[in-house]
Amino acid sequence: MTAPTTSSGDIDAGIPPESPAARDARWGRPRTPMSLLGPRGASPWVGRLVFVAAVVLLFAGPELIADPTRLRQWAEYLCYAMIAVGVDLAWGYGGMLVLGQGVFFGLGAYAMGMHLSLEQTGPGQLPQFMSLYSDYSELPLLWRPFEHLWFAAAAAVVVPVLVAAALGWLVFRRRIRGPYFAILTQATALVFWLLLVGQLQLTAGTNGLTNFSEIFGRSKYEPGTNEFLYYLAAGGLLVVVVLASQLVRSRYGRLLIATRDGEDRVRFLGYDPAVTKTVAFAVAAGMAGLAGALVAPIIGIVAPNQFAVLPSIIMIVWVAVGGRGTIIGALLGALAVSYLKTRVSETRPDDWQYFQGLLFVVVIAYVPGGLVGVARGSWLRGRRLLGSRGQRGDVSPPRPTRGTTEVTA
Amino acid sequence: MSTTTETPAPGAAEQATTPVLAVEDLVVSFDGFRAIDGVTLEVAAGELRFLIGPNGAGKTTLVDVVTGLTKATEGRVLFQGTDITGEAEHRIVRHGIGRSFQTPTVFEALTVVENLDLAASFRRRLPALLRSRRGVSDDIAAPLERIGLQATADRLAGTLSHGQKQWLEIGMLLVQQPRLLLLDEPVAGMSPHERTATGELLQSLAGEHTIVVIEHDMAFLRAYAQQVTVLHEGRVLSQGNVEYVQHDPAVREVYLGRARDERSGGVHLDVPSLVQEGDDGR
Repeated sequence: MTAPTTSSGDIDAGIPPESPAARDARWGRPRTPMSLLGPRGASPWVGRLVFVAAVVLLFAGPELIADPTRLRQWAEYLCYAMIAVGVDLAWGYGGMLVLGQGVFFGLGAYAMGMHLSLEQTGPGQLPQFMSLYSDYSELPLLWRPFEHLWFAAAAAVVVPVLVAAALGWLVFRRRIRGPYFAILTQATALVFWLLLVGQLQLTAGTNGLTNFSEIFGRSKYEPGTNEFLYYLAAGGLLVVVVLASQLVRSRYGRLLIATRDGEDRVRFLGYDPAVTKTVAFAVAAGMAGLAGALVAPIIGIVAPNQFAVLPSIIMIVWVAVGGRGTIIGALLGALAVSYLKTRVSETRPDDWQYFQGLLFVVVIAYVPGGLVGVARGSWLRGRRLLGSRGQRGDVSPPRPTRGTTEVTA
Repeated sequence: MSTTTETPAPGAAEQATTPVLAVEDLVVSFDGFRAIDGVTLEVAAGELRFLIGPNGAGKTTLVDVVTGLTKATEGRVLFQGTDITGEAEHRIVRHGIGRSFQTPTVFEALTVVENLDLAASFRRRLPALLRSRRGVSDDIAAPLERIGLQATADRLAGTLSHGQKQWLEIGMLLVQQPRLLLLDEPVAGMSPHERTATGELLQSLAGEHTIVVIEHDMAFLRAYAQQVTVLHEGRVLSQGNVEYVQHDPAVREVYLGRARDERSGGVHLDVPSLVQEGDDGR
C-alpha cells in the first residue's frame, strides 16, 4: 500500500476493527432467527392447503352450478382468467403494459374456430361462408392443416408464442419500452382486427366463424358437453396457474421483477433484458392463445370484435382490479369483473361500459393494489392489532413502479 | 485473449505486464463537446486505483465508456488485452467487469439474498434460471458475511438503510467475482463508521480484484488509495501515488485555482484539502 500510514491513522484513529457483535448492535439484531435455508413467511402448508381447496372448488364447478348457461359462462370466465394470468406475468411482474393481448387470444380462437368450422362441414368440404364470400373451389392451403384437431390445438398456442417472440425480440432489443411499447401493442390489435375484417374470403369478415354444432366429435346439445368444456377450461387454467407460479418463483421470476424495477441495472449484472422480457411476453401470448382455443367451442363464435382494441384493454382492467403482481389477483380479477359484467348486462345492458370505465378509474386512482392489495392490507393491519409483528420480507409484493404507473394513468 | 492467458510459461510473464484495464487515446464527444479528450490510462492487476477530478472532469463518463453505457467516439478500451470497445453492457459484464452507480440501485422488491442470488446467477442460461433457488449457496453466504448483511438476509432490500444498500450493491458485484470492479463514489452518504468499514473492505478486496474507485472524499482517498489518477477537463492531469499527486504542481494549480473561484462564489469543490498538508480532516 502506497498511502502513508500516518494519514491512514487520522481517519480511523480510535476505531478498532468492528466485531460481529458491534455490527449487530449497529444494524439491529435480527428479529427472527436467520431463515436462510427455509422458505420465507408462514408455513408452506397453509399455502398448499389453500391451493388444494381452490383446485377442488374449481373442478366442483359442474356440481355447484346446475344451470347449463351459467356453467358455460363460468367456463368462459376461466378462459379469461388464463389471459389475465398471462397479462399479469407480462405487466405485473415484467412491467410491460400489454394492450394487445386480444391478438394472441384471437389467434388461438381462430385456430380452433377453423378446426370447428371444418368439423361441421366434413372432410374436403368448404365452410359455408367460403362458398358465399369467395370463389375458392377447394379448401385454401392455410385452412387445410386445421382439419386435424392436434394441429389446431398446437397452432393455437405455438403461433401466438412465435408471433409474440418475434415482435418482442424486435421491440425489446431496440429498447422500446414504457408507453411506446404499450402503444405499439395497441396498434397491433388494431392491425389484427383490420386484417380479420379485410380477409373476408379466409376469415368470414366481421361475421366471424360460427355455428359449431359438432364439438370435438360430440354434439353441442348432448347433455355432457357443457361439463366437458368446463373441465377443459378448468384443466387449462390449472396448467396456466401452475406454470406461472413456477415461473414467478424461479430465478427467472426474480430476474423479471428486477428487470421491471431496474432494466438498466439488470444489464450491468450481465443479463440481457431483451431476452427476459421476450420470454415473459411470449409465455403470456401462449396463455392467451390457449384461452382462445378453449373459448371458441364454449361461446360458439369467433369474430373480430372479440379480439380488437377494446377487449384488449378490458384484459388490463381484470388484472388491475384483481391486483397486479400476484397470480391469484389476476385470476380473481378476471373472474370477478367478468361475472359482474354478466350480471350488470343482464339487468342494465347499456350501463356496463360506463360501469367498467368507472371501475378502472377508481381502482387505478384509489386502490392500486387491487382486490389482493386490499385483502393483504387488512390482513397485515389485523395482525398488527393482534400484536404479532409481521415478519418483514415474508411476502414480496411487487409494488407498482413509477414508470409503469405513469403508463396506466 | 484466452490464448494469451492460457499459454503457459511465456504467457505468464506476459500476463504480469498486461494491464487489466487499458484505455487508449479515448475521446468521447457529445455534440462536439469533448467530455473525454484523449485519455490514456492503464490499471495493473490487483491495484486499488482512485479516480478523482473536479466536476465535469470526465470520471463517470470514463467508467461509462468502459462498461458500454456510453459509446467511444475515438480510441479503444482493452480488458486484459481484449478490445471491448462498443460491446453491449451485459457482454462486458460477462468478461468480468462489474460496476456500481452513484446512487445505490438494488432491487427493492427482492430480498437481500435474492439480490445476491440474482447477481450470482448471471452466467446461467435460461433453462437453468427456470429452476427455483433452494437455500443459500456458499458462493452467496460468504460475500453476504463479508458485507455484514447476514442479519438482514431475508429482508426486502427496499427496507435497508442507504449505507446497507451500498454494501449490498458491492456484495452483488462480489458474487460475480469480477476481475475489475468500477465503483462510483462508494462511500457517498455513508456514516464515518460505514466509511471505515467500506475502506477496509476495499483494501481487503484489492489484490484478488482490481478496483477503480471514483471518489470525492479526500480523507477517504488519503486513507485508502494506492494509485491516484487525476482527471481534468477530459484529460489525465496527473497520475501516481497519493504523495506524488499531492505535490504535483499541475494538480495544485487546478485545485487552488478552483479554490480561489470558490471563495469568489464560483465552482464548488471540497477538494482543496488534497493539497493542504497535515490537515485534520475530521
